[in-house]
Amino acid sequence: MELRIDRACVARCRELAAAIADPIETFIATHSTVAVERAVLRLLGVDGVAADEVPLANAVLDSIAPAAPVDGVATAFGKALAETGLEPTELARRIATGERALAEFDGTPVAAARGALRPYVDEALRAIGARRQERSALLDRLGQLPPPLLYVIVASGNIYEDRTAAVAAAEAGAQVIAVIRSTGQSLLDFVPYGPTTEGFGGTYATQANFAIMRSALDEAGEKLGRYVMLTNYASGLCMPEIAVMAAFERLDMLLNDSMYGVLFRDINMKRTFVDQHFSRMLNAFSGIVINTGEDNYLTTADAVEQAPAVLASQFINEEFAHRAGLPDAQIGLGDAYEINPDLEDSFLYQVAQAQLAREIFPNAPLKYMPPTKHMTGDIFKGHLIDAMFNLTSVMTHQTIHLCGMPTEAIHTPFLGDRALALENARYVMNAARHFGDEVVLRPGGAIERRAHAVLADCEGLLERVAAMGLMKAIESGLFADVARAPEGGRGFEGVFARGADYYNPFEQALSTSVRTAPNEKVTA
Amino acid sequence: MSKLVKPYGDTQNDGKVQLSFTLPVEWSEAADEAARQLVAKMGFTDVAVADGRRIASGFSFFVLYASTPQAVDVESIAAPSARAGAMTMDEVDAFVAERIGRKIRVAGACIGTDAHTVGIDAILNMKGYKGDYGLERYHSFETFNLGSQIAVEELVRFAKERRLDALLASQVVTQKGSDVKNFTALGELLEAEGLRDRIVLVCGGPRVTNRLAGELGYDAGFGRGTLPSEVASFIAVTLAERLRRAERAEP
Repeated sequence: MELRIDRACVARCRELAAAIADPIETFIATHSTVAVERAVLRLLGVDGVAADEVPLANAVLDSIAPAAPVDGVATAFGKALAETGLEPTELARRIATGERALAEFDGTPVAAARGALRPYVDEALRAIGARRQERSALLDRLGQLPPPLLYVIVASGNIYEDRTAAVAAAEAGAQVIAVIRSTGQSLLDFVPYGPTTEGFGGTYATQANFAIMRSALDEAGEKLGRYVMLTNYASGLCMPEIAVMAAFERLDMLLNDSMYGVLFRDINMKRTFVDQHFSRMLNAFSGIVINTGEDNYLTTADAVEQAPAVLASQFINEEFAHRAGLPDAQIGLGDAYEINPDLEDSFLYQVAQAQLAREIFPNAPLKYMPPTKHMTGDIFKGHLIDAMFNLTSVMTHQTIHLCGMPTEAIHTPFLGDRALALENARYVMNAARHFGDEVVLRPGGAIERRAHAVLADCEGLLERVAAMGLMKAIESGLFADVARAPEGGRGFEGVFARGADYYNPFEQALSTSVRTAPNEKVTA
Repeated sequence: MSKLVKPYGDTQNDGKVQLSFTLPVEWSEAADEAARQLVAKMGFTDVAVADGRRIASGFSFFVLYASTPQAVDVESIAAPSARAGAMTMDEVDAFVAERIGRKIRVAGACIGTDAHTVGIDAILNMKGYKGDYGLERYHSFETFNLGSQIAVEELVRFAKERRLDALLASQVVTQKGSDVKNFTALGELLEAEGLRDRIVLVCGGPRVTNRLAGELGYDAGFGRGTLPSEVASFIAVTLAERLRRAERAEP
């Protein structure tokens, strides 16, 4: 199956995406955020909470506020490490209680600080590298079922119930488990701590919860003889910190979009751009596949009209991801099956869009999201629409396949709903495994024409964005009909310009190691 | 007059229903029998297990058919709908111009931690839903879409500052009753602030019914499939009626 797309147009779209990313990259290089600095502390080994459940990373950062930490937290923290000889967590604890203050060590030479940081930096990189190798070894030994990788969500609010649901789903054929987060978490400017048993619409992302799920899935994987992947969400106000925790706990995928939080969670765009960059550098180094959030354009506006915006966002996400060091094999660009099922030839449009993405991003593990907007509570019709979605996915060779639930729009999935959804996907994908390889699309036919039109419109949209600049374009509501101001939204107060002596020991280390890391294939 | 009805399979009054559920037991023939007995204990008769199978270790899934001896009197049931008597956009604009003589100020938000704006956007955004334009497109409405994850306190403050005529609160997530808690909190806070009587208070979401809205002390509730014009009509008519009564009450 091939669409005979205009390759010159694709090349122009990539050039435009690069032109769009350039000024943003300059901004990123000259700024940092409180979340990036907290991620640095976590990488150095700062873990745990102070009184009132305030994470130690937050407590240390707060101790130097309200002055913006223009030089980064690392140098000041390194000076204190050098002078006190304490371990990072113990030092952070003493700073949190007020027993120590970073300002005490202002006079310590920078060289001493860097020397004191060195072993902790090395240890973090070693630990993350070891987790990455562990994953490669498990994938080699256990392997995976062929893609589309069946991905399901667990979301009870209680990590122990989630664990039961996740293991049951893995047994029923799931290859990727995502623990969806409690709905408020993206707006928290800290990461909650410890195992959690209460949440709304999902379960809090905490490092302890990550570890609980990882070990359950590893155990299930050994029993099933195949590796089961784990996913969470590096979005919202704590993107870089979640990326650190995910690296330490060997998560395999993270939801991580360059614009999602800005458009759909009203998080400040400058904050998001800086945060997504550092989190993606970490993802690149830890071998984590990112999943971008283009499906949201389709759920919030008309899916036929928004198709060019989805493609444009895919180009922009790809460009930002490359700049953070992510290879194609770790860029799970998003799309969704959201066209109104009552529309004649809706299936043709879906195939056109999915195949278009496949041909433009041949090495990206594309993430295909199920119908949600037109799911009504009629579980029987829903199951049928999901079957068409499953067929589209297998015939266009999507890589990561979020299984649609017949009970979408009714409740967070029951254990039995997941089993039915997985059964549906396994049946359709097995029955039509090589269908896409057998079909030839009619040249100049409806599917090809639709794909060509979407690509041409995408180019037009990217041209407008490039001409205006990305921040201005978002401000004008060019994406998803949502308008956001460059200095509006949540988390802007946590963005600061880097001083002349800014230092982040991981930035340098990650950018060199990412470039030299073997570009291993993450998915089967 | 009463009219008793039962579910209809293929014969009047056969009472046939289908059920499906998961039991936390390993599948076996005994598990099928357990499912059958469970459904019999629910009061069903002629229980037949159509399918029973293992879906994971320690979990089995069942599909059953059975008959219910129960019936309901459909004539005695009232489910008032707020969607009745809807006008078109042009009719609403004309109605408001004539009866109210100014724009209606309305704000909508997903309250609490709910981030799902699909419903509120369908009602408020210019684009609307199913070809029916949203309130932003109406000449007769001044519309504020506050988006997702809006604290109840923030919404009430906004209502006060902008002297709103109507509030639309949306909830999609219903886990552990969070929707009802948030709706209740909003109603109570408006009451405490002395704003409740002059604001047309409306809730919406896929699981919302007009009956639930009534129980929560709201003026109306709109569920799945609601068109923007239905909400617009309700607000316009209710507000006009309220202003008329307020005028009469004045000396």
